Amino acid sequence: MRGLSRSSAPALAATLTVVLTALVLGVFIPIVQATTGTANEVRGRVVIDVFVKDSATLEEKSRLRTALNETANVRSVEVISKTEALRRAQEKNPAAFREGSELLGKNPLPASYRVTPDDPDRLGQIVDRLAPAGEPQLAGIDEVRNREEDTDKILSATGLVKALTAGLALLLVFASVALIANTIRLSIFARRREVEVMKLVGATNWFIRWPFVIEGVIVGFMGGVLSVLLLTIAKETFIDPLSDRFALLAAPETIDFPLLVIILLTACVAVSAAGSGITLRRFLRV
Amino acid sequence: MAAPATATPAARAKRRPPEPQGVPVVELRGVSKVYDGGSVGLDRASLKVGRGEFVFLVGPTGCGKSTCIRLLLKELEASQGEILIAGRDLTEIPRSRVPYLRRNIGTVFQDFKLLPNRTVYDNVAYSLQVIGEPRAAIRRKVPDILRLVGLSTKLHNYPDELSGGEQQRVSIARAFVNHPPLVLADEPTGNLDPETSIGIMQLIYRINRTGTTVVVATHDREMVDKMRRRVIELREGRIVRDELSGLYRSDESTSEFAIRLRGELGVGPEGSPN
Repeated sequence: MRGLSRSSAPALAATLTVVLTALVLGVFIPIVQATTGTANEVRGRVVIDVFVKDSATLEEKSRLRTALNETANVRSVEVISKTEALRRAQEKNPAAFREGSELLGKNPLPASYRVTPDDPDRLGQIVDRLAPAGEPQLAGIDEVRNREEDTDKILSATGLVKALTAGLALLLVFASVALIANTIRLSIFARRREVEVMKLVGATNWFIRWPFVIEGVIVGFMGGVLSVLLLTIAKETFIDPLSDRFALLAAPETIDFPLLVIILLTACVAVSAAGSGITLRRFLRV
Repeated sequence: MAAPATATPAARAKRRPPEPQGVPVVELRGVSKVYDGGSVGLDRASLKVGRGEFVFLVGPTGCGKSTCIRLLLKELEASQGEILIAGRDLTEIPRSRVPYLRRNIGTVFQDFKLLPNRTVYDNVAYSLQVIGEPRAAIRRKVPDILRLVGLSTKLHNYPDELSGGEQQRVSIARAFVNHPPLVLADEPTGNLDPETSIGIMQLIYRINRTGTTVVVATHDREMVDKMRRRVIELREGRIVRDELSGLYRSDESTSEFAIRLRGELGVGPEGSPN
């Protein structure tokens, strides 16, 4: 505490740095989460359609169903009967299908299984299992289609978004740690002579270090609390009233506010305490 | 005035210091120190300092005095040779035990090396806190030692509120407050005027009189010659002279010594140490 009050300028600088970085992180973490959440939701729409031959027997159909359930990476299988398929098609394009089915006199659409994968990135595996090189493995399968164009677009677009946000998040965390570490380094550098004197009168490394670490904890905690306070105010006044209107703001997958507060506080305290302790090591080698 | 410093070889032989009794407090055996840049700090230096001795290390700047002091504190490692303190080889002391070595060595420096954001009291108390002295003992010992160095009225001043001489007194108090068997002083009067220097030397002499071994590095030849103590002269890292300079009047009290010193130095403008 004495150190803090006597070297208040560097300590204040360190606290401010902590406040700013924690603020940026506190805003960015929910944004990253909302973005990846949205991206994942979009990826959930990637499916495989397994079309069944009209001539398939009941036995063949049930074997196919079991095989689908046993295939790896399959999350769920939805059965779409011929009637259901027609109904959906009519919904999409009422005019064309009413006329078409009347013209044909029968339902031209095949029954199908709609397979949702666990991991959209490994969609190809399922396709390869069911129909390697386009040749269906099981009797009863007419065709396996994964709507390639759509899938590829979805996967590459969401992949890019996810990679970008992850990269940004990483960069931001790195920058925050570097910034805090550097500020702490400066404040300790200003006191390196003090450390040297302490070493000369025979103080052990830990005897010298612990006041600095405690100082780091205090600085980190004060900075963390201040930034959390600001974040809370911002949340109450800006985000909450708007969240009804913007889906991104109300994204259910974003982190809980109390959890965010706890994470931010711990990170602030840990980084600044560890920063103090580690930076000091350089000056302890006398 | 220059007579004791330029003794003839015969006189030098006669004045060789006697072999110290028992285990020497400080012993260097062929110690060399070559810095990373290649400059030589110390070149095969050997010396022994017995218990209770008062030794001056003299020589021009860069002759190896400070190197010698820093080697004794294990602030530097010798490139060659052995350094023993109280019979213990410094190379055998692991890094983690170095603080315990330093607790047994009081140090005084030219630039005082006080903690700028602590009061006089706290500065002296720090070296007791370091060794885990109980608070009550600290509260008793610190004012005692500060009274001894004549600073009992400045307990709660900060170092930058004191004169150079007073700051050096604080650092001497800090060096001596836990009564180490060895006190090292590196140019303790380097920053001080002659009058103040005498006071500081008197204080260091007083510490020596309590039985503490004292090694003082200085380039203040005049002061050394007047003090008539053992002198080890270094030149470019080598020991070129080691003799008991002048008479040793063991019954001389500190105040008599100061009076003699003042008279002989003729403190004033011509008594400038440099």
